[in-house]
Amino acid sequence: MYTQALDIPQQNAEKAPRAVENPAYQAEFDAKIDAGGYIEAKDWMPEAYRKTLVRQISQHAHSEIVGMLPEGNWITRAPTLKRKAILLAKVQDEGGHGLYLYAAAETLGVSRDELLDALHTGKAKYSSIFNYPTLTWADIGVIGWLVDGAAIMNQIPLCKCSYGPYARAMVRICKEESFHQRQGYDLLLTMMKGTQEQREMVQDAVNRWWWPSIMMFGPHDKDSVHSGQSARWGIKRISNDDLRQKFVDATVKQAEVLGVTMPDPELKWNEERGHYDFGAIDWDEFWNVVNGHGQGNVDRLAARVKAWEDGAWVREAALEHERKRAAREHQAA
Amino acid sequence: MTTTPAHIEYVTRLGDNALILGQRMSEWCGHAPVLEEDMALANMSLDLIGQARMLLTHAGKLEGKGRDEDQLAFLRTEMHYRNLTLCELPNVDFGRTMVRNFLFASLQVLLWERLLASSDTELAAIAAKSLKEARYHAQHAGDWVVRLGDGTAESHERAQAALDYLWPYTAEFFAANPTDEAIAAAGIGPAWSELEAAWEAVVVPVLNEATLTVPARTPFKSYGKFGRHSEHLGHLLSEMQYLQRTYPGAQW
Ligand SMILES: [Fe+2]
Ligand SMILES: [Fe+2]
Ligand SMILES: [Fe+2]
Repeated sequence: MYTQALDIPQQNAEKAPRAVENPAYQAEFDAKIDAGGYIEAKDWMPEAYRKTLVRQISQHAHSEIVGMLPEGNWITRAPTLKRKAILLAKVQDEGGHGLYLYAAAETLGVSRDELLDALHTGKAKYSSIFNYPTLTWADIGVIGWLVDGAAIMNQIPLCKCSYGPYARAMVRICKEESFHQRQGYDLLLTMMKGTQEQREMVQDAVNRWWWPSIMMFGPHDKDSVHSGQSARWGIKRISNDDLRQKFVDATVKQAEVLGVTMPDPELKWNEERGHYDFGAIDWDEFWNVVNGHGQGNVDRLAARVKAWEDGAWVREAALEHERKRAAREHQAA
Repeated sequence: MTTTPAHIEYVTRLGDNALILGQRMSEWCGHAPVLEEDMALANMSLDLIGQARMLLTHAGKLEGKGRDEDQLAFLRTEMHYRNLTLCELPNVDFGRTMVRNFLFASLQVLLWERLLASSDTELAAIAAKSLKEARYHAQHAGDWVVRLGDGTAESHERAQAALDYLWPYTAEFFAANPTDEAIAAAGIGPAWSELEAAWEAVVVPVLNEATLTVPARTPFKSYGKFGRHSEHLGHLLSEMQYLQRTYPGAQW
């Protein structure tokens, strides 16, 4: 999930597929990729491959931790103790995903602090889905169902991506994401069986999250710059449009069971294609949110920066204490 | 065993402590100084909410009026809450959060140790599960108290300020009361006043290691566990109870 900006045209596309920096190593690398093998941290890899991975993995990691904010918004107001525990555990899982992913990125020679600095200064992107506000409790269910659902569609192929540490992190993450999706859907089922007000809340949340969710798959294949190279490197295995279609097909049926309608009058089954047709995506809205032209982005980043800055004295204290302890040990020895 | 009001009150107090501190700690999620602490604080909050669920369910059964964990958590008002005032105080910063967790978890460890032998077998089972958690919380928070106290000048100052602020509220832990006397007599659990010396014996060495000055006892008294709270609990409850209060009787 959360790797949409990988395909953003205006980011300088690394051209020159398989640029030859070192012909012998390059041949070995290519052969491994072509055979569907894994590249490990100690293996030689082209610089462009390394850079692309750092960008993709760190963007994913940032998305996980920024993603803690919209859902965290409801932890203190969860309606039952059981739901509170489920939500807290879910948000904690997302933090764990951030940790695995930063660790995977670190195998590529960058530090977590550098990556966080890029996030805090606005140089690195995170998934724009998390810039949307969570307005009612139903948003918590809809995020689990649609946002985690879209994330799973995007991420399952990455469990077999060519970079070993990333693939292994994704296996753990995908397991937890599908758990989140089921919990979200269960929350919505319960609300739909409830009062009229609860059903209205669910429908309102679906109205707000549907289009942003299907935008999570990124631009159409014809507008996607990085996809070709990434596919060749085995770090993007299924196209944006194919994944999006798969997601729409799966969720429309779930919506029927739930008893909600998607806010798209053009959504209907196409017998010939064997898929659901859906309306045109408002890409202006997509690019606006991706490029951070929105107060949602300002607020989310401000919250992350505030947490980081407020915590500076704590991190410094931990380092200083460690330094003192080591010095005392040294003196005693 | 016939259920007495003291028994219900004692179990409710244990449950309310866990719930209110768990709620406070959950406020950190997504805002901690490092990602590892986001995880740890969420984890401890989850432990406490889990304890609260078991304890309030048990209290509801003892009461016998058909109230479940959620009715007790979301439909009681301030004066019916029996948590220690310390648990409801705002987090303020990471220093106050960790000093509070340390002071409280150290008490909880002693309580759960004693409650393993409770004549209330349900309570004994909850104690067995919760003791491990409380030991971890006390260890985790104690490590931070030492790091902060014996860290930088700023962190020392903040940790000391946190301790100075919180310490007077710890007198409430051990305030003698008729409920505790009845509970001790029935073999259900310790009167908390019995635990003061043991608590200090655990807490003071860690504060010393942290190079913090243990404040002197003052005449200040707080009464949260008797149902008279600080101003903070009302705000905490209005946030926590919002959905249950707005949509009475709805299922979630
Ligand atoms: Fe996620
Ligand atoms: Fe995640
Ligand atoms: Fe998730």
